Amino acid sequence: MSMTITEAILARAAGQARVQPGDNVWVNVDILLTHDVCGPGTIGVFHREFGAQARVWNREKVVIIPDHYIFTADEKARRNVETLRAFVREQGLPHFYDPGTPSYQGVCHVALVERGHVRPGEVIVGTDSHTCTHGALGAFATGIGNTDAGFVMGVGKILLKVPPTLRFRIEGSVPPYLMAKDLILRIIGEIGFDGASYCAMEFAGSAVEALDIEERMTICNMAIEAGGKNGIIAPDEQAIAYVRARTNKPFEPVFGDPNAPVEREFVFNADRLEPCVAEPHVPSNYALARERANVRIDRAYIGSCTGGKLTDFLAAARILKGRRVKVPTFLVPATADVAEALIREPMDGTSLVEIFAQAGCEDIAPPSCAACLGGPPDTYGRTRDREVVISTTNRNFPGRMGSKLAPIYLASPLTVAASAVTGHITDPREFL
Amino acid sequence: MATNHIIAGQVFVLPDNIDTDQIIPAEYLNLVPTIPEEYEKLGSYALAGLPEGFPRFIRHGANKTEFPILVAGRNFGCGSSREHAPIALAAAGVRALIAESYARIFFRNVVATGVFYPLESAERLRDVFQTGDQAEVNISAGQIRHVPSGRCFSLKPLGAVAPVVEAGGLFAYARKSGMIR
Ligand code: SF4
Repeated sequence: MSMTITEAILARAAGQARVQPGDNVWVNVDILLTHDVCGPGTIGVFHREFGAQARVWNREKVVIIPDHYIFTADEKARRNVETLRAFVREQGLPHFYDPGTPSYQGVCHVALVERGHVRPGEVIVGTDSHTCTHGALGAFATGIGNTDAGFVMGVGKILLKVPPTLRFRIEGSVPPYLMAKDLILRIIGEIGFDGASYCAMEFAGSAVEALDIEERMTICNMAIEAGGKNGIIAPDEQAIAYVRARTNKPFEPVFGDPNAPVEREFVFNADRLEPCVAEPHVPSNYALARERANVRIDRAYIGSCTGGKLTDFLAAARILKGRRVKVPTFLVPATADVAEALIREPMDGTSLVEIFAQAGCEDIAPPSCAACLGGPPDTYGRTRDREVVISTTNRNFPGRMGSKLAPIYLASPLTVAASAVTGHITDPREFL
Repeated sequence: MATNHIIAGQVFVLPDNIDTDQIIPAEYLNLVPTIPEEYEKLGSYALAGLPEGFPRFIRHGANKTEFPILVAGRNFGCGSSREHAPIALAAAGVRALIAESYARIFFRNVVATGVFYPLESAERLRDVFQTGDQAEVNISAGQIRHVPSGRCFSLKPLGAVAPVVEAGGLFAYARKSGMIR
């Protein structure tokens, strides 16, 4: 029997010729990712269970990227980063991106990819639900808790149930006013907040193949918002070249059999989709941007692992160049690489930083998760009251960006930028 | 974990889609669950993210809840992978959780930590139970009884994760099965 890409990766990592959905298998882990919010607890579990003298199973395979609570005076947050530093010293870990040093990167999921830790065919687990992002490069990647992660740290294996696959074929071509965010919000809106529970979400079709790597990351990133275990896109030449440019480590891509049976297949036509938003308070509350023009907004936010990559800022700049924003517009590049590109990359001769400054945006924050998840009270861009926010992030649960009273609309960077210019939810086609 | 016991007490009722930000808001994620004082503190903030208008899960100034049994709807625990979520509930004094369905990572975290039983009901219990009602959960019989009406509802069997839950969590299970020492 033939296997999907998810099944084929898990079979190889389990040392078996084949697996099928529902099998429980012990899988060898290639990368364990953790950060400042879940790292200290994971380290606590690791030492409690394996002893004070325990060593991680493989120093090359543990990657620690602090990103959540970095630019805050909160003492416990600082203590947590200290805990990571002490652990890195104790274990001699080579892959640590320390805040306040030149190695600091920012949001773990974007940094993990940029630093070459994501390779096709590998198994990546991380103490963060958006670890599913890394399927964009043809890896099996999923989020786990501290206890599971503490176990992986000690033995390098995880017990996984092989998920059935839902395949989403997006055909046609992506029009210039549409972004990956619109595609994934459409899918989540269609299948619902738990429509992919326990399933692999495989994205395929000509529209997906035409997307660049950052846009593919946006799609896989939000698989968890439909309850998916992992999101995955078969690696192509573009993906392999992207990875080769970032790592010397050998890797062997894994491909699924196109005829492998899947639980269900959905087909979309990108040409027919329109810019959209997810209304409060779940990412599955799908609505067309043009039908929500009556919603006034108090602020706009561009950032996070979903919407804070260079592609996202380039898209926003297409709208903001030569225009002024009507509401406070907060910009948080995901990583140091993105932040640097904002200064370096010109668009028609002007740097993105200048474009945003001329548009009247707030000063650009240093890279981190910032208000994507609220955070300590002194976090940049955090909501405090009833502010209506339109955001490129991934979650609009009550209180997600700080205040429980603040309604959050999720949208693509194009739609967020267009809305920032008008002060109400706006279809970007009005400006393109 | 002993399976032959009955958990009795007041029920707290929750709707569909309770996400991890509502179970433990992000501003408290600076607390580390493996540090004992911070474990207790996490408990005192359990369900602090519920929208305005909800009854309080933990009385003002208290550390523990008066509701050892949670009855919830679909997709309980959706959102982030923070293990702070099941731990906060356990630290607050939750001993049984019965939902119509769970988000995957939350469910896995409950199983891995072994903090309490992640039970599932076939029926929509939140239409029967009201916050404050007395209930009895009989784990071995796989039942929950609504004390005011005397009605009993069956719970789904735990399935493939039963051995892990019964062992008391991932590490206990791995030791028992010889995976680790
Ligand atoms: S940017 Fe937001 S979603 Fe992404 S890892 Fe940080 S907090 Fe999580």
